Amino acid sequence: MPQNEYIEESIRRHGRRLDYEERKRKRAAREAHSAATFAKTVHGLRAKLYNKKRHAEKIQMKKTIKQHEEKQATKKDAEAVPEGAVPTYLLDREGQQRAKILSNMIKQKRKEKAGKWTVPLPKVRGITEDEMFKVIKTGKHKTKQWKRMITKPTFVGEGFTRKPPKYERFIRPMALRYKKANVTHPELKATFCLPIISVKKNPQSPLYTSLGVLTKGTVVEVNVSELGLVTTSGKVVWGKYAQITNNPENDGCINAVLLV
Amino acid sequence: MATRGPPKRKKKTNPDSNVSDGSENLGNIIAQLKSVDDEPCGPPLSLPANVTPEQLQLLVNQLLNNEESLPYAFSVDETEIITSLHKDIIVGLNKSTEDVLTIVYRPQAIFKVRAVTRCTSTLAGHTEAILSVSFSPDGTQLATGSGDTTVRIWDLNTETPQFTLSGHKNWVLCIAWSPDGKVLASGSMDKTVRLWDPSTGAALGDSLLGHTKWITCLVWEPIHLNPSCTRLASSSKDGTIRIWNTKLRRTILSMSQHTAAVTCIKWGGDGLLYSSSQDKTIKVWDTKEGKLVRTLEGHGHWVNTMALSTDFVLRTGAYDHTNRVPKNEQEAQEWALKRYQEAKGTKPERLVSGSDDFTMFFWEPSTSKKPVARLTGHQKLVNHVSFSPDGRLIASAGFDNSVKLWDGYSGKFITSLRGHVGPVYQVCWSSDSRMLISASKDSTLKIWDVRTRKMKFELPGHLDEVFSVDWSPSGDKVASGGKDRQLKLWRN
Repeated sequence: MPQNEYIEESIRRHGRRLDYEERKRKRAAREAHSAATFAKTVHGLRAKLYNKKRHAEKIQMKKTIKQHEEKQATKKDAEAVPEGAVPTYLLDREGQQRAKILSNMIKQKRKEKAGKWTVPLPKVRGITEDEMFKVIKTGKHKTKQWKRMITKPTFVGEGFTRKPPKYERFIRPMALRYKKANVTHPELKATFCLPIISVKKNPQSPLYTSLGVLTKGTVVEVNVSELGLVTTSGKVVWGKYAQITNNPENDGCINAVLLV
Repeated sequence: MATRGPPKRKKKTNPDSNVSDGSENLGNIIAQLKSVDDEPCGPPLSLPANVTPEQLQLLVNQLLNNEESLPYAFSVDETEIITSLHKDIIVGLNKSTEDVLTIVYRPQAIFKVRAVTRCTSTLAGHTEAILSVSFSPDGTQLATGSGDTTVRIWDLNTETPQFTLSGHKNWVLCIAWSPDGKVLASGSMDKTVRLWDPSTGAALGDSLLGHTKWITCLVWEPIHLNPSCTRLASSSKDGTIRIWNTKLRRTILSMSQHTAAVTCIKWGGDGLLYSSSQDKTIKVWDTKEGKLVRTLEGHGHWVNTMALSTDFVLRTGAYDHTNRVPKNEQEAQEWALKRYQEAKGTKPERLVSGSDDFTMFFWEPSTSKKPVARLTGHQKLVNHVSFSPDGRLIASAGFDNSVKLWDGYSGKFITSLRGHVGPVYQVCWSSDSRMLISASKDSTLKIWDVRTRKMKFELPGHLDEVFSVDWSPSGDKVASGGKDRQLKLWRN
C-alpha cells in the first residue's frame, strides 16, 4: 500500500516528464481505436456487459449533442419573424377564425375536367354486390329474384318520388337515408353539420353514384353557405365537395372532410 | 270580360305615372334658402314644386353673385334633394305645400374625382401580408408597411417598386407621412419607431426606443401648428403615448394614464391630442405640457377607432386640388392654417369614435366631455370610421358586412350600404366627398356613390382579405394591399 500521496509529491517537487502533455494527447486520440479493437475481440459475458455500457454511453452522447443543437435552434427562432401578419385592428382578436384563401374556382374547375382528385382517402375497400344488395324474392310463389334492397346508407335527393313498388328494382330503405353530414374543414380544424346536396362520385362504381350510396371514400357535395366562404370575385361559395371518412353503415352518422 | 281586363289596368296606371313624373303643374312652394351656418340667402322665394337641384344651384349662384357657378347640394331637414323637391320632400317627407320650407344649401367640392374602375398594376414584392398603405400628403408618393418587416416606397409614375426600407425586426404595423411629405415614420411589432427619408430611401438614424410593447398608431403634429414637422406621437399596446422630437430623437412627453392598450390617436388642429383605448375611454391631452385635459367616457367596450371632422385637411396640410407647391415652411403653414379654418368653420372640431360595443359616439371634445349623440345601428363591432373631407358625412365600417353613413353635424343615421359578404375593414373617402371606397375581408373593394347611396363599382382582384386601402389625396389613384401580399393600384 502506498504511503501518503507520494506521486503527487514527486510531481510537485520534480515536475512531469517533458513529453507528458503530448503522450496524453496521443493516448486520448488513440482511445477510439483501442476501444474499437476491444469491442471487436471481446466475447462472452464481458462482451454483453461492455455492449450494454457502450449503448448507454451512446444514448447519453446523442442526448447531449441534441441539447446543444436545440440551444442553437432556439436562438434562431428568437430572431425569426412570425408568419401570418395581421394589422393592428386584428391583433387582439386572435380568437377569431382566420380562414385562408379557401376556394380557387379555376383550380377546382381544372380538377373537375381532368376527373382526377387528390383526395384524403385515395383508396377504398372494394364492396361486392353481395354485400351491397340484398336479393328480395317477389311474386306469388317468391320465385322472382330481380328486386334488390341496398344495405348501405344512401342519399336521396329532395324531390325524389319512388317508382311504383311493382316496378322498383332498387329499394333504398328510409331508415338508411341521410340528409346531413358532419364536415370538417381541414385548415380551420372545425366541424360543421352541413346539408348534403348530391353524391358526386362513389369510387366503387358509377351505379352506386347514381343510386346515391354513401360509403367510405364517397365524394359528396355539401352546402357550405353558412361558412361564408368567398371566391376571388367576391361571390359566396355555396356548394363544395367533401369526402366521407368513416363507415356510415357502422357508425350511423356521416363524417366527411372538406376538399380544399 | 277577361279579355278586357289588362287594357283597363294599363289605362289606370298611365295617368298615375304622369302625375308622379311632375311634368304637369304641381303648384308653388314658398321656400327660404339658408347656408349651413343658418344665414338666410335672399328673401323667401316662391318656387315651382318640381324644382330640381340643378335649377336650385343656378338660383343660389345668382343670389350669391358668384363669378363662377359653384356646385351645391340641397337638403330639407337633413334629407337631401336628389331628383326634385316634390318627389323627395313633399312626397318623401310628407311635408305640406303650404308651409315655408327651409332649404339648406351646402357647397360641394368644385373639382370632381372620377371613380376608379380598373386595376392598372399588381405589384408583388412584399413577402408577407401588407398591413398599411398610405399616400403622401401631396399624393405623389406611396408607401406600404408589411409583415415581412420592410416598408416599401413605390414609384407612382411607372408603377414599380422604388425603395425597400429594411431595419425593423418584426411586422411593420403602421406608417405615417409627415404633413410636409419629407419624412416617413413607421411603427412596428418590435416596439420601435423608425424614420425614413422617402426621397432617397435612407433611414434617418436608428430606431426610437421607449415603448415596451408594439406600436399601434402614429400621428404627426399638423403643419399649421409646427411648420418644421418635428413632433410625432406614437401609441402603443402598453397603454402609453409618447411624443417624440424627431430632430433631437428624444421622447419629449410620455402620457401613461390609460390602463389598457391605446388603439388610436389623433392630433387635432387646436393642439389637442385625442387617444382612444381598450379601457373604454377616450382621453384628451394637451400637447404642450402633456396634461390630461378631459376624459370622455361612454363606451361600454374597447374603443377601436376615431375620426376627426378635419382629418383630411390635417393630413394633406398645405396641399389641395390645385397642385400648388408652397415655397417655404411659412407659406405652407399659412396655407394649411387657412385650409384648416375653412374646414373647421365656426364650430369646434368634431370627433367620432367607434367601439366594440357596436355603437359610435359623437363628441365635441375641445369643449365638453358629454357626447353629442350616440350612433347605434351596427350589429357587430365598428372597426373604422371616417369623416368625409368636407366634414358633412361620417362613414363607418363594421364587422356586420355593412358600411353606414351618418350625418356629420348631428350624427343622424342616413343610410346603410350593403353589398360586402365579409366584415368591412376600412373605408376611405375620395377627396371631393362624393365617393367612398371600402375594403373587406371578402377580398373585394367596393366604390359607393354617396349621392345615390348605391354601389358604383365593385373591384374584385385581390386573392385574399384586403387589410388596407387609401385614396390618393389628388384623387386619381387608389392603392390597396392585403393578405395576398400584392399591392394593387386602381385608376379610372
